[in-house]
Amino acid sequence: MKVSYFPGCTLKTKAKDLDEQARACAEILGVTLEEISNWQCCGGAFTTASDEIATKLSSVRALMEANKKGQPLLTVCSACHNVIKQTNVAMKENPDNFAFRANMNLAPDNYNGEAEVIHYLELLRDKVGYDKIKEKVVKPLEGLKVACYYGCLLLRPSKVMAMDDAENPTIMEDLVKALGGEPVYYAYKNECCGGYIALEDAESAMKKSQKISNNAKAQGADVIITACPLCMYNLKKHTKDVPVIYFTELLAKALGIKE
Amino acid sequence: MEKSKENLIQDVVRRSGVNPRKCMKCGKCSGTCPAYDEMEYHPHQFVYMIETGDIEPLLKSKSIYKCLTCFACVDRCPRGVEPAKLIESIRLSVIREQGNNHLTPQMIPELIDEEMPQQALVTAFRKYTK
Repeated sequence: MKVSYFPGCTLKTKAKDLDEQARACAEILGVTLEEISNWQCCGGAFTTASDEIATKLSSVRALMEANKKGQPLLTVCSACHNVIKQTNVAMKENPDNFAFRANMNLAPDNYNGEAEVIHYLELLRDKVGYDKIKEKVVKPLEGLKVACYYGCLLLRPSKVMAMDDAENPTIMEDLVKALGGEPVYYAYKNECCGGYIALEDAESAMKKSQKISNNAKAQGADVIITACPLCMYNLKKHTKDVPVIYFTELLAKALGIKE
Repeated sequence: MEKSKENLIQDVVRRSGVNPRKCMKCGKCSGTCPAYDEMEYHPHQFVYMIETGDIEPLLKSKSIYKCLTCFACVDRCPRGVEPAKLIESIRLSVIREQGNNHLTPQMIPELIDEEMPQQALVTAFRKYTK
């Protein structure tokens, strides 16, 4: 299976390991990630205002390319996924306003949100299947207690993102189980880490990150997993007790790619 | 109400796509907001003050830069009011004015460290700057 792949700015720089692990694991599972040509940064945040057009065009361009190839557009970074999926749904739901104006800017295409946008976790669950992943596991996690951290971007707004139940998601927990680990259940798994506030109010990000880590620790977690480089930064910078890794690192270990 | 203020309120509401009059004032948005402690005006106050036309204090408040756009208020509102979209719309009214960018490239060297991901920078610029 081949899918179009939008890595995003951070997976080419500070989060190279997330990119490399995602590609390597996909190959083992029979999926090739074809990086789309000349992609541009998604901007990190979807602007909800209906009169914002230019800030969404890089996502529209990426969607058009995937659509031309007839492939789903896959992202690993939570922020890229959020921005691109929200943009795609806006293209579909506002053909006369947003989609019309975006197409005018990117002529001669006439794109109205036909592409399928999937996150890497959805690829694993829906296209590969957790049963198949279970068969490919060579080094099971042997009861490792994993706190799955979703944050905000993967799940909300839930009507648009539609990945899982936004208040009680299990897509990562089910993956951990398939890999032989033991997910721990804790209340803060879908609360915000502070995100970009880290830049101008580190204390605010610290308070939010510590609540998440302390809650995971209280439930007995050995490790916290995330899909988002900014969650990773905030949690690593402000907490010490529970290590934080990308979910792809656990996957790569279980599939025998990484020591 | 003077004409320019009326137009501004209309702009804020239209751009957000939100109907603040749907609010039943249960306060769940503010109760669930992770940035509540850092805000002078809280999500339910944004909704109420826009509904009643009292928007000058919001335009001047630092609260518009404290919203994390985590959409907790949007998802958990029992009436589908979507307060985060109103906060974003107010912020856009401010930063779209010439010279009103909340973040400039000159400020960056002092704010970053070795480990900070590019994602933090692009997102902050998208949110704070035009």
